[in-house]
Amino acid sequence: MADISYNFAGIKTPNPFWLASAPPTDKEYNVVRAFEAGWGGVVWKTLGEDPPVVNVSSRYGAINYNGQRMVGFNNIELITDRPLDINLEEITRVKKDWPDRAIIVSLMVPCEEDPWKRILDRVSETGADGIELNFGCPHGMSERGMGAAVGQVPEYVQMVTEWCKQHSDFPVIVKLTPNITDIRQSARAAVQGGADAVSLINTINSIVNIDLDVMAPMPTVDGKGAHGGYCGPAVKPIALNMTAEIARDPECQKIPMSGIGGISDWRDAAEFMALGCGTVQVCTAAMHHGFKIVDDMKTGLSNWMDSKGYETIDDFRGMASPNVTDWNKLNINFDTKALIDQDKCIQCGLCHVACEDTSHQAVIASRPNGERHYEVLDEECVGCNLCALVCPVDDCISMEPVDNGKPYMNWNQDPRNPYGSAAE
Amino acid sequence: MFFSNGKNQRKSWIINIELGTYIMGDIADIAAGRLSADELSKNFDDMYPPLDSRQAHIEASRCYFCYDAPCMEACPTGIDIPNFIRKIQTQNYRGSAIDILAENVMGGSCSRVCPTEILCEEACVRTAQEDKPVTIGKLQRFATDWLMNTKEQPFERAELTGQTVAVIGAGPAGLSAAHRLSLLGYDVEIFEARAKAGGLNEYGIAAYKVPRNFAQEEVDFIVSLGGITIHYDQVLGRNISLADLNVKFDAVFFGGGLGAVRSLGLDGEELDGMFNAVDYIANLRQSEDKTDIEVGRKVVVIGGGNTAIDAAVQAKRLGAEDVTLAYRRGADAMSATHHEQEYAQINGVKIKHFAKPASIQSKDGKVTGIELETTEIDTDGRLNGTGEKFTIEANMIFKAIGQVFVTDTVSENALSLEIQDGRIVVDDEKATSIPGIYAGGDCILGGEDLTVTAVQDGKLAAHAIDEYLANLQG
Repeated sequence: MADISYNFAGIKTPNPFWLASAPPTDKEYNVVRAFEAGWGGVVWKTLGEDPPVVNVSSRYGAINYNGQRMVGFNNIELITDRPLDINLEEITRVKKDWPDRAIIVSLMVPCEEDPWKRILDRVSETGADGIELNFGCPHGMSERGMGAAVGQVPEYVQMVTEWCKQHSDFPVIVKLTPNITDIRQSARAAVQGGADAVSLINTINSIVNIDLDVMAPMPTVDGKGAHGGYCGPAVKPIALNMTAEIARDPECQKIPMSGIGGISDWRDAAEFMALGCGTVQVCTAAMHHGFKIVDDMKTGLSNWMDSKGYETIDDFRGMASPNVTDWNKLNINFDTKALIDQDKCIQCGLCHVACEDTSHQAVIASRPNGERHYEVLDEECVGCNLCALVCPVDDCISMEPVDNGKPYMNWNQDPRNPYGSAAE
Repeated sequence: MFFSNGKNQRKSWIINIELGTYIMGDIADIAAGRLSADELSKNFDDMYPPLDSRQAHIEASRCYFCYDAPCMEACPTGIDIPNFIRKIQTQNYRGSAIDILAENVMGGSCSRVCPTEILCEEACVRTAQEDKPVTIGKLQRFATDWLMNTKEQPFERAELTGQTVAVIGAGPAGLSAAHRLSLLGYDVEIFEARAKAGGLNEYGIAAYKVPRNFAQEEVDFIVSLGGITIHYDQVLGRNISLADLNVKFDAVFFGGGLGAVRSLGLDGEELDGMFNAVDYIANLRQSEDKTDIEVGRKVVVIGGGNTAIDAAVQAKRLGAEDVTLAYRRGADAMSATHHEQEYAQINGVKIKHFAKPASIQSKDGKVTGIELETTEIDTDGRLNGTGEKFTIEANMIFKAIGQVFVTDTVSENALSLEIQDGRIVVDDEKATSIPGIYAGGDCILGGEDLTVTAVQDGKLAAHAIDEYLANLQG
């Protein structure tokens, strides 16, 4: 059976599934329930300086899609609103009671050296395994010069990281905000500051919906709303891309990554790992279904690894990264065509109308003997995948590579490119 | 034909069928109130509860929004099904209901009584994919109920033409024709033989399919468009004649349905305990709480159509101990759908296939049972008796072997429509052999005995009448 334990930047964890710093990790009661359910670790909800922050009432909003709840989720909650002493006392006790689990403490204090030194000293006494710097929180705290306000300035990221390395022995994980144009800039700053790892992504600036009766964003607080942090399954593609960007950036020096962003099951986790993550962090899926989902995550990952012959996470970690490239390195001679399996076709016509209305008019509709028949016109098919994507039947439309005998040629080499090497 | 309204006859009721008048309270082993009022009210409530909004959204989200959707083609009225379902998904309920009602103004009753399992839902691509269609009928009910509950009439009449069309029969065909004619700017006068409008929706379909006065609410909805007047108790051939209407009105639509039931052709059809299912159901439908409806302890229904199923199931739900439905051919030949047959069986009705009536058994003028002969189909496909006979005890025997059209009223001396195989001949636009007279519903040649096709007939006829009158003026 596969070994899914992991050593993440010096933090040992029995499995790679951690709960992200968020409401599920706000206090001992929740964290103990999570450990009982089998989570490998938690990132304790962000601690700040006393007096603790005050939260508003009405805090979460969600995107539902086609009957599915919480495809996207956002919150306007701040960091922990409990006194520092209570949190530290609970962290100490939980770590003592659950020594095999990873406990990482998320931190956010004003961007000055003293407050960071003070809180690091306190956290050092808890026995926690590491710290995560919250440079991502996009609402509330950023207005006070913390969270994303730090994460958006690479110099600050580097500076605070350096303080943390200097004033503690903890492995330091820098949590990155996606509310920037190039995630590599902040990741490089973390590397420069001596970070042991990065975690990404934090939540994305968002308004999930407008209440058309109240005419205000949701969640609505007494008739008004503020932008919140977006997360859940809908953000996974953004997180994967940012993870891939860091993974293939030489300046980021293959820094250990903890993947965050819409991870709901073992397959999502495996995808982040395939791009280089050693652990993953989960929040929305747990807030939707409770802690029990970790059971599927652990057994699903383990069963899949067995089926592929991977004995440890490092056996497949990062395997997909080299296959992430720039568009101008793609083989422009590669050709693929849609093929409809007529035995599986249920005659819904979605392939036809999608191609006819919005793409290349390459799926022909006809009614031989009155029966609906949909057929791909190879001459017109550009291999865009749209028909296969809209088809509701598994494996009914496949994309078949065409052996056209042409060698690899990218856009730079293509004679049709007026700025390419062939044109010179 | 006279039908009691059931309201003033609590203890016993009188029905008048073509073979005579019977007072049911006299018949032994036949009684009303076999079940408590509570049980009866439960038994005759909605056979399927309506979807709530959450259920409707989940079900609507199963629709693939097909291109050239097979369900749409399978709907006789051509409702844009994917479109109305998408509007349920987005909570555009008003838009959804209008999509339905614009093509089928009786979309509410059709959502309850249509055999969707052989129409839209059979054609649904999810049937091909996973044998579990989107429940189009239930979604249609959700949307139409929503709109009808608002009491809004969403349609507006076109500029009035000043012309008036007579409609005979306030059943689905007649009501559909009337609504569409009114929309097109005609005034409409409907002549209905009975005391209420709705036709089979009011008198002929099992109570649990259209409970709680829905049929009348739908009539009210249709009439609320304006321009439609219904004259009740107007019996063609008695108070009115086709020839007169043809003279008085600019055009006539005939949607009179079928008037008589077939007889078994056996001795003893006049015995106490013999009933025709159509009249029995009509009477049951007019009873508010069913406590006054008498039913035998042992009941046999002869027939294989929806009326036979409706009679058998309702007899069981009234508290009959044993109900057997006997049909001379096999399950596949029954005009009741497979779904209807299953419904009868889960209601405890025994279905006896390949058995035809041989003789009615009686004692002292009362039915005691029916002798049946088993049948088989020979190599030429003909149905023959095998000579083997058996008897089923019965206090009540229902005849439900089909209805026939009484042609007299439309083939009188003054004016006679072309008749073939006992039905009115019409062209594709529902025009009869007499210019200006149109017909639709069960009474026309090729009529399918479905509410939804009757609605479509009425709609097509209304447009044909509009064209006919416009051409006359042009």
